[in-house]
Amino acid sequence: MCLAVPGQIIDIRAEQGTRMATIDFDGIHKDICLAYLPDIEVGDYAIVHVGFAISKIDEASALETLQMFADLGILEEELGVDEEVAP
Amino acid sequence: MKYLDEFNDPELAGRLFDDIARITTRPWAIMEVCGGQTHSIIRNGIDQLLPDEIELIHGPGCPVCVTPLGVIDQALEIAARPEVIFCSFGDMLRVPGSSTDLMQVKSRGGDVRVVYSPLDAVQLAAEHPDREVVFFAIGFETTAPANAMAVHLAQQRGVDNFSVLVSHVLVPPAIEAIVSSPTNRVDGFLAAGHVCSVMGTWQYEPLVERHDVPIVVTGFEPLDVLEGIRRVVRQLEAGVAELDNAYERVVSAGGNTPAQRMLDDVFEVCDRQWRGIGEIPASGWGLSKRYADYNAELRFGVSDIDTPESPLCRSGEVLQGLIKPNECEAFGTTCTPRNPLGATMVSNEGACAAYFQYRRLDVPVSIG
Repeated sequence: MCLAVPGQIIDIRAEQGTRMATIDFDGIHKDICLAYLPDIEVGDYAIVHVGFAISKIDEASALETLQMFADLGILEEELGVDEEVAP
Repeated sequence: MKYLDEFNDPELAGRLFDDIARITTRPWAIMEVCGGQTHSIIRNGIDQLLPDEIELIHGPGCPVCVTPLGVIDQALEIAARPEVIFCSFGDMLRVPGSSTDLMQVKSRGGDVRVVYSPLDAVQLAAEHPDREVVFFAIGFETTAPANAMAVHLAQQRGVDNFSVLVSHVLVPPAIEAIVSSPTNRVDGFLAAGHVCSVMGTWQYEPLVERHDVPIVVTGFEPLDVLEGIRRVVRQLEAGVAELDNAYERVVSAGGNTPAQRMLDDVFEVCDRQWRGIGEIPASGWGLSKRYADYNAELRFGVSDIDTPESPLCRSGEVLQGLIKPNECEAFGTTCTPRNPLGATMVSNEGACAAYFQYRRLDVPVSIG
């Protein structure tokens, strides 16, 4: 759960007054909260932890990290793509 | 043994290893605080590729691992109630309480759900006004802003059937406790990069000055970890102790100001028990009085649950760097990720799980 994953902001919207976005993590899309990065814009990359963008990051290092996570199979595990918990 | 070609930039990794070997003249013990760093080190065999003089000690930076048994038992008690939807990050489900875990509560009919973000739990509460939705708010400073926002939004939106069971922990008091311990062997620290992306680096300056110990803010990718180690060794060999930032592409000195403002609003510093370690003064966050209505511990009357820990599990010694995971008699035999005795064997970021997953079943030749 401690991992923070970089992704690219693909749209920004307000939900009940809170700044939210859709982010692309190497093809996996998630809704995240932008309240802590008020200046970030569509197309920018951010490091995301448990659904919150916490730090802006440049594209080159974001892509490098994403590639490494994808190679190691960390992305799906961290993003809860396989969330169903066996009884 | 691992090889350089497993690094994403083998040539740079080779240069960093060479430089560390060149500057190292005597033994040093370096603690990586963050569980993500531990995982990176063991997975890539960084500790095995370093000069023999450099020992890496795995610190207590896995929030799942340090959440005290009493709080796990409180969570289990709340999660078993029929009116409750209990939401948690996935790693907590198999952490053993004194007699069961959240997964077993779920299999016996408890409504336990894994969420990606704490906001998902607030949303669930809004959708199920007839149920009590409880979120298990654990984590270090990296996770706390998300959990704080969940509580803040629940209050703002009038979602009164939402509450949080809080067990947040803080890195600087843990480093303080480790360097102040009479058994301390740590010469230098890699501070946790993502914690600092929220809090900034200023909190570590007093620790460096008070204890004359180098602290280097470090990321968790293999090359980041190597660079952090190189910078700590360089300071140690030069006989200096400074605060350094080897993760500048993510971490600024001031950190994330909006997140810090939210943390100040929702939480207040409190004493906190660390599983396997004991109480560390002023080492956690609890809900501030303003948000006391959202405190699940009070709402469900579980404050009196306080469970002593099992004597079989030596995770406390692992978390303090006194033993390596594979030096515990139970490691890999009576304690495995499938049947864990302690949380360090459960979490992906736990040192015992990292050793187990990457097959460190051999006992190291010398420790300390």
